[in-house]
Amino acid sequence: MQKLPDKNGHFDGFGGKFVPETLMSALTELEKSYLSAKKDKDFQAKLKELLSSYAGRPTPLYYAERLTKKLGGAKIYLKREDLCHTGAHKINNTLGQVLLAKRMGKPRVIAETGAGQHGVATATASAMMGLKCEVYMGTEDIERQRLNVFRMELLGAKVIPVESGSRTLKDAINEALRDWVTNVANTHCVIGSVVGPHPYPMIVRDFQSVIGKETMRQILKMEGDLPDYLVACVGGGSNAMGLFAPFYNEKLVRFIGVEAGGEGISTGKHAASLVAGEKGVLHGSLSYILQDKNGQISVTHSVSAGLDYPGVGPEHSFYKDMKRAEYVTITDKEALKGFCVLAETEGIIPALESAHAIAYTVKLAPKLSQDEIIVVNLSGRGDKDVETVAKILKEGT
Amino acid sequence: MSLKNVFARKKSVFIPYITCGDPSLEKTEELITTIESAGADIIELGVPFSDPIADGPIIQAAYNRALKQEVSLERVIKIVEKQRKKVKIPIILLSYYNPIYKYGIERFVSSAKDIGISAVVIPDLPPEEAREIMVHSEKKDFSIIFFLAPTSTDKRIKFIGSQPAPFIYYVSITGITGVRDSLSSHLKERLQRIKALCKKPVAVGFGISNPSQAEEVAKIADGVIVGSAIVDIIGKNLSNPTKPVFDLVSSIASCVHRVKCSTKVRLK
Repeated sequence: MQKLPDKNGHFDGFGGKFVPETLMSALTELEKSYLSAKKDKDFQAKLKELLSSYAGRPTPLYYAERLTKKLGGAKIYLKREDLCHTGAHKINNTLGQVLLAKRMGKPRVIAETGAGQHGVATATASAMMGLKCEVYMGTEDIERQRLNVFRMELLGAKVIPVESGSRTLKDAINEALRDWVTNVANTHCVIGSVVGPHPYPMIVRDFQSVIGKETMRQILKMEGDLPDYLVACVGGGSNAMGLFAPFYNEKLVRFIGVEAGGEGISTGKHAASLVAGEKGVLHGSLSYILQDKNGQISVTHSVSAGLDYPGVGPEHSFYKDMKRAEYVTITDKEALKGFCVLAETEGIIPALESAHAIAYTVKLAPKLSQDEIIVVNLSGRGDKDVETVAKILKEGT
Repeated sequence: MSLKNVFARKKSVFIPYITCGDPSLEKTEELITTIESAGADIIELGVPFSDPIADGPIIQAAYNRALKQEVSLERVIKIVEKQRKKVKIPIILLSYYNPIYKYGIERFVSSAKDIGISAVVIPDLPPEEAREIMVHSEKKDFSIIFFLAPTSTDKRIKFIGSQPAPFIYYVSITGITGVRDSLSSHLKERLQRIKALCKKPVAVGFGISNPSQAEEVAKIADGVIVGSAIVDIIGKNLSNPTKPVFDLVSSIASCVHRVKCSTKVRLK
């Protein structure tokens, strides 16, 4: 495993703590608590127990035989994070962070959410551990992910609509950070991706690394070999980082992160921070971001709410610059095709986010030989998106 | 006059804040001279930003009004250059880090210094991340002002107190900018702690909303910063903010300035 971030939270120039002074002590406290929990056998045993008996881990690594045959190239395996409790990988992180909040004696947690999966996962972990939970969500996302709003409310969380800016994930994060600045004494802010100020990118990566660790064990057992490619979608980048990080030192395993190409990079309506962005500071860390010539943050677009974000985790920026990973884009239209292909060939309806990874695999697999292996992170299931997809497909015909 | 000299005078320092381009850059030019004539000792000018995480609804709205007219750091620097010759009091900028990063850190420090801006306040840049801008600032004799907050530990108070800046910006409340009904009950105690641990002048901002609160703060701090209350008045008088801003700034200035230095010295 790599040794980064360094003690200041930097991934070779990316990352850091670009936050108001009010939060600096809280970040130090969080880092200390996390590092001590990491070494605490009881904490780790409790988390492991929750991940297995409550979240349903390990998730299967499934050989997608019909999809493989249809594409006629590399062997395709799906890491089934969609089978986690709540329907996405987000629960891996929220169980860890809510357990940490409890350990720090914070009775209240807040979260930001885009697609609503992180909000649902935070509300779930909070309900199970008896903490008060409030979730910030942009009104545009509330509209397109209504089902998840209702789920959060059923789980006893309060969903706070965010009207500012583009009314999506970026603005929900702003509002969550403002809440945290105000209520830092009794509140833990559960950031849902490998973004934000240090130590968040490290903590979320570590909690999500269970994905890659299981994958490594499973593929060695099934194939007696490591995969040639790991493919995952990247919004903030938590499911991708969770899959990639444990393979960091396996230099023959290639990492491909798939960003939201929206209506196409040339239209400007996309959310591809790594492919089309520049270095900048957003939400507490230095990373690739989408911004205008004056350093104002751009309004992004993606059919998938969970990828609709103008920043990305700093460790992905580091991977990009050192060429450890390759980042590509998939448009809305291609993602919809990926969505349908997986449903038809494998009987699995993926989240629109994960459909981006599927769509790229559809392009990649036929170019590879039959003895090569691709593992795709199927980060979430698509029930939440069925309404959106139905609407788009209807309009298209 | 330098910031250091302003704080060395025997009265409390009053620092009003406005956002550049709110409601327009022309009005900002006018408001800068208005604010000086109303008795300000230093003026703080905000550069609008799309994602201001330390600001409440009043300043967010001002940023949005300015961004609608595409006000940028580049344009802010141009109007300050124009106004600099007309006003005698020091001008400081407030900007989130990304517009500065995008403009170019070295280029920013040198443009700001060349046109006579005394310092910059960056709400999302703690000293830990400021090494690059500090290197350029020290070369150019330009200042970066850092914050202290109610949550700052003794260790951080000493660390921030040791930075080369003419004063410290103390955030009076655990929270974001905005108008508040009352001052924090711990303010005096916290300021005494800061004074015991570092020798720098301390200006207090966030939540100071009216002349009487400003006067109370002036008794225990070296400077008083008022932002949201003034921005709120601008927001309510968009077509002609000059007179209401003059009235508010001059009433706060007279309350701040009537605090005698002898009272302050005793409290320290």
